Amino acid sequence: MVNAWVVASLAAVVGGAVGFFVVMRGASFVAHAIPNGSFAGAAGATLIGSSTLAGLGLFSVAGALGIGLLGRRGRRDVATALMLVFMLGLGALFLSFSAENSEAAYSLLFGEVLGISANEIAPTLALSALGLLVLALLWRPLLLDSVLPGRSSGRRALAIDLAFLLLVAITTTMTVPVVGTTLIFTLMIAPAAAARALTARPGFALALSALLALVTVWAAIALSYTTNWPVGFFVGAFGASAYAASRVVAWSRDRRSVQAQ
Amino acid sequence: MTRSLHTRTTWTPRSTETAVHALLRAIVEPGFFADGAVQTAAALGGVVAVVAGLIGVFTVIRSQAFAGHALSDIGSAGGSSAYLVGLAPLWGFVGISVLAAAAMERIGVQRARGRDVATGIVLGVGFALASLFLYLGMTYHNGSGEIPTILFGSVFTLSAAELPLVIGLGAVALLVALTLYRPLLLASVSPELAAARGVRVRLVGAAYLLALAITVALCDLTIGAILSTALLVGPAAAALRLTSRPHRAALLAAAISLACTWLGLLLAWDSFYWPPLRHGWPVSFFIVTLVLIVYLAAGALARGRRLRG
Repeated sequence: MVNAWVVASLAAVVGGAVGFFVVMRGASFVAHAIPNGSFAGAAGATLIGSSTLAGLGLFSVAGALGIGLLGRRGRRDVATALMLVFMLGLGALFLSFSAENSEAAYSLLFGEVLGISANEIAPTLALSALGLLVLALLWRPLLLDSVLPGRSSGRRALAIDLAFLLLVAITTTMTVPVVGTTLIFTLMIAPAAAARALTARPGFALALSALLALVTVWAAIALSYTTNWPVGFFVGAFGASAYAASRVVAWSRDRRSVQAQ
Repeated sequence: MTRSLHTRTTWTPRSTETAVHALLRAIVEPGFFADGAVQTAAALGGVVAVVAGLIGVFTVIRSQAFAGHALSDIGSAGGSSAYLVGLAPLWGFVGISVLAAAAMERIGVQRARGRDVATGIVLGVGFALASLFLYLGMTYHNGSGEIPTILFGSVFTLSAAELPLVIGLGAVALLVALTLYRPLLLASVSPELAAARGVRVRLVGAAYLLALAITVALCDLTIGAILSTALLVGPAAAALRLTSRPHRAALLAAAISLACTWLGLLLAWDSFYWPPLRHGWPVSFFIVTLVLIVYLAAGALARGRRLRG
């Protein structure tokens, strides 16, 4: 239980922080495609008997690079969709070769947060430190490029974009084995969108996003522990509620400022 | 996808066989056209592929690939919930997809800026429900074997009785798109211009989202969530790289989609004799790979054409 709590908290903080940029850049589809597609990596790793983490890392990085390079020419959403379905197609192939085990598929897709063992803490810790370090180093250029897309051009823009995609890939690799592909997507979108609706200051929004993600995960784990329902359900429900609440707060604030004028 | 149910008639060589026959036999494993499951899959998959290709052109022009994919993922939640309460999956797929489309439209899928987040939030809720329904299904029905089918589809397990229903739903989606063709096209290319011309942009967009939801539900049910996105986005994007005329692009997309589907079915049938033996490779893998290849080839072709002037 303590292991689950530590690992899920790390996932929440990194997911919430990276999610701030996902929402800023309008990259929800990428944040969905990379974790979901990396599922194929896990299936392939199971097939050849190597570590799940390596498979996830390989496929999420390959997916990130594929989306970045394919999206340079043509439409970004099309490139993302095709990269995603290609990886899922590979996943279907790998699954069909191995003895079909839908329990394993279920836990990869929706996470098995309460079954986390102590030896999963060290790799998660290392990868979350790496993710936060990259985030800190890239803070200013990434923020500028997200607020004013198209300002930096050519090779520099591509480099920033690829760095962002790799950040999503790192987050994916560390969190998918513990919380599942679907949960990490919700953690990257909902708290960040709620934080953005509440404040316009970037640093504050990022911190708020990470905090909201953390609170969501804690509450979800506690409720999942008592009710035995899947964690993913509670994370999704709380995330959506937080977003809806933030929209209501922002709306009433706008109304008050209009009335004050 | 195991195909152990289908017994294959062994092919007996005849002395009058020509080289052409031998070549054809190498490409098309014997029994392909005679097999009932293949005929059903080819018919259903064909109808769905054409509908997806035609509707997909608008999806790509409107940059709603994410919405299309999200609807199909959410549809799996509907499929799993219908299975839980004992309804036919089709109504779960259609019902949830239409509901999700309405929610996206309400949150703001119309505005380019809000679209991405709106889709993401609705998808997150869909996932939450899917995880709950699948969990309940596994707990109370002990039916976890459904998951791969729901996620990855299986064209070979369809029954011919579903054909009229599939054609009917596809016709509804196409009818909506055809009725709205001109205003929809204008609203997709330039919302401002369309609004100035008196087109009710929001209404047209909502109607299109409905057609998209029906198409996606149809695809989900017949060919699975993966292929649903692949056939919706890939052929249309490839066609739009080759021609800028919308109606030509729509026809080309339908043709590409159909070709990829049928070739994918054929390869899946052939793969029964590939390693690892006696176990066909999944159809979705072949169709997705073919779609990706066509998209890349279309890009290369368009670039070559531009270079030549």
